[in-house]
Amino acid sequence: MRELRAQNIRDIALGAAVLGTGGGGDPYIGMLMAIQAIEEYGPIHLYSLDEIADDSLIVPSAMMGAPTVIVEKLPKGDETIAAFQSLERYLGHKIDYTMPIEAGGMNSIMPLTVAARLMLPVVDCDGMGRAFPEIQMVTQTLYGISSTPFAMADEKGNSALLTTTDNRWTETFARTLTVDMGCTAFIACYATRGQLLKQAAVAGTLSFAEQIGRTIRETQAAHGDAIEAVRELTHGFRIFQGKVIDIQRRTVAGFARGEAVLEGTHADSGHELRVQFQNEHLVAMRDGEVVMSVPDLITMLDQEKGEPVTTEGLRYGFRVVVLGIPCDAKWRTPAGLKLVGPRYFGYAIDYVPVEQRFRSE
Amino acid sequence: MHIGIDVGSTNTDAVLMKGTQVVSWYKTPTTHDVTSGITSALTNLLAQSGAKPSQVNAVMIGTTHFTNAVVERRRLSQAACIRLGLPATAALPPMIDWPPDLRETIGNHWYLAHGGHEFDGRVIMPFDEQEIRGIARQIRAKGVDSIAISAVFSPVDQAHEHRAAQIVAEEIPGADLSISSEIGRIGLLERENAAIMNACLRDLAKAIVNSFRQSLKEMQIDAPFYISQNDGTLMSADYAEKYPVFTFASGPTNSMRGAAFLSGVKEAMVVDIGGTTSDVGMLVHGFPREASLAVQVGGVRTNFRMPDVYSFGLGGGSLVRRDPLLIGPQSVGYELTSKALIFGGDVLTTSDIAVAAGVADFGDKQRVAGLDPAFVQDALDRIQTMVAEAVDRMKTSAAPIPVILVGGGSVLISKPVQGASEVIKPENYAVANAIGAAIAQVGGETDRVFSLEKLTRDQALDQAKQEAIEKVLAAGAEPGSVQIVEVEEVPLAYLPSSAIRMHVKAIGDLRIEG
Repeated sequence: MRELRAQNIRDIALGAAVLGTGGGGDPYIGMLMAIQAIEEYGPIHLYSLDEIADDSLIVPSAMMGAPTVIVEKLPKGDETIAAFQSLERYLGHKIDYTMPIEAGGMNSIMPLTVAARLMLPVVDCDGMGRAFPEIQMVTQTLYGISSTPFAMADEKGNSALLTTTDNRWTETFARTLTVDMGCTAFIACYATRGQLLKQAAVAGTLSFAEQIGRTIRETQAAHGDAIEAVRELTHGFRIFQGKVIDIQRRTVAGFARGEAVLEGTHADSGHELRVQFQNEHLVAMRDGEVVMSVPDLITMLDQEKGEPVTTEGLRYGFRVVVLGIPCDAKWRTPAGLKLVGPRYFGYAIDYVPVEQRFRSE
Repeated sequence: MHIGIDVGSTNTDAVLMKGTQVVSWYKTPTTHDVTSGITSALTNLLAQSGAKPSQVNAVMIGTTHFTNAVVERRRLSQAACIRLGLPATAALPPMIDWPPDLRETIGNHWYLAHGGHEFDGRVIMPFDEQEIRGIARQIRAKGVDSIAISAVFSPVDQAHEHRAAQIVAEEIPGADLSISSEIGRIGLLERENAAIMNACLRDLAKAIVNSFRQSLKEMQIDAPFYISQNDGTLMSADYAEKYPVFTFASGPTNSMRGAAFLSGVKEAMVVDIGGTTSDVGMLVHGFPREASLAVQVGGVRTNFRMPDVYSFGLGGGSLVRRDPLLIGPQSVGYELTSKALIFGGDVLTTSDIAVAAGVADFGDKQRVAGLDPAFVQDALDRIQTMVAEAVDRMKTSAAPIPVILVGGGSVLISKPVQGASEVIKPENYAVANAIGAAIAQVGGETDRVFSLEKLTRDQALDQAKQEAIEKVLAAGAEPGSVQIVEVEEVPLAYLPSSAIRMHVKAIGDLRIEG
């Protein structure tokens, strides 16, 4: 067990934006909320997966919606508690821990606010090792863990409880409700016992996000190459370097969808990279050919400072380096690829691991 | 002929230009009242060039006053913020992430009200006129009359901000209103931050713009005058009074563009050493490199388009202390000519060091003759290292790069800078900033809704770009110099057919008659 304080939160937020692969919502908002909660209620207790009891009850808490909306419609503040407590009442058991459902973006931090406010410890793991756009896209699904009972709440005081036959149905219903709630909803779901979670979750991801964030911060302070430091730490690859010449974003069916077009600079001069996203970056196409896809991580870092850039923050003229980072091994299984591979997102291509196309430098 | 003026915190520089030629320039300390410094600069400028006031066609003024006011927390007015968004947004109230001292300086007056819109144009909660009236009365009772108004998704629908503005204007006659959708883009906190900073600068803006007006009147210069914006384009004086926040970062933009103009070098690092601070930024194809990440001004997060500049506390007026050797960040500022040793004062400054070392010659060098030569050398070396470190920090590769030195304080650098392929001190380097203001660019913007019923999104974008280019050409831009600098697209999901709001800005060099 260790304690998380304001500086830990800042580092996690920075690193989580790298793992957010463009989506996941800007962790800045979540960070401000978590720091506020820590100032008010004290530090958060973080437990590693192997420290928790097999019979403990763990419930992730998160936000769902479109990142383009979150930067405008900020939370009221207690929606997340409302969803969590409504699930606890339904389950009829005391919840022992909360955890992030995804290590990327705002949702890496959201449970920390819940934890501080309810004085609940957090487990250092998640269900993705990155961020993905849909509810069923978690390693829990691969281990037969149900997303329901599923609680959601909005800022107006509305809430809903879903029970479904599978996690894909949860996504369908919850997404519709999220759109009605104004494209942001707070959720509590995937209640699990410790024993099963130990097999199903991606371990140590909050600490990993923190390590990435700390590395960027410390490398910047030492005037080092933060991009290279992140690449090394994540065992990633430099995919492209360029300037944003076009960015399209739409809030469609509860997601931010769109495409960024980069014009190559430096070694990539004369080439073009198109990155398409559904909240998170899905595929990267160099001169029309797919060179990388989900479930590997496609992340854009600011060329100068090495800080991650989210799709809603991306603007015409930005200069970025695109990194490709290998995903967790659980995603590279046939079941994993069926759930989150390129074909699920409508691309008629087979997944090729990033390390088979690119060489590390 | 036209005149460029840079009003810095230490010096006021004026330059008279005929077309692209520098006719004459004059540098004088900035005065506390601003006006007399400008008048003095202009009097001397016209006298030494022999030009008549009637020959001046335009005056372009760049000023760091507003940025400095926020950074130094000086001359800021009390300002209030009304945000429409309840019940959403309550978790993070206005100014939540501001440095506490700045928040306190402007009174920490904020109010949350019901209203604002969803992403698709539905209202979050209906607009409540009585609620806004009540808030306006509370603000009036506090005696605050500059108010920022923000609403959730106001870039999609401005109605609630405008209705609130109208009610506040009724309740507080004469109030200055800063409406977030007129100032910033998507991103509530950043847009609201910009609106609040604008609000606390409105009184200062009136005073400063009035000083400018007064100076020109005293000089019998009847030409129109403009103020530089952060992207190097100009705004009218009337507009600047309402939107002082748009001058943020215009100082570095002007000095970098001035440096590119004077040196003819397009790929270089520009180091502008002023009286109090130095700015370092990179020129790419002759333009300042833009910052990609959220830029902080005085500790406040914004999402303005701004040059990527590193500022540090080194200037010609920086204090030098011994045991241990410490240079800056404090500076005697515009009091250099009374407080520095060489000017008969009793404060040891970097200018005294430069004169004592024999790398510069101004003031009375006898007054620094007694300084220990070893100490002088140490201080000079330290200054040299500070600049080299700043250049290194802003570089994107380890390869040596040309360094252009500008600004009055650049006399402090006498040796090659480590990491530079060459050090260029162009002619008229001391007034690069005023020259940057004088060669300011013009902008053309289009901001309107396109229906996608008959157009594809790419066609709409092309059309928007074309309109912006036509506008910038109509505003007097040199055709070959026009480029698109900003493309912002807001999907309007709530309209019956699909539609987008396109904001495109094109800028170009002002075509200057001989």
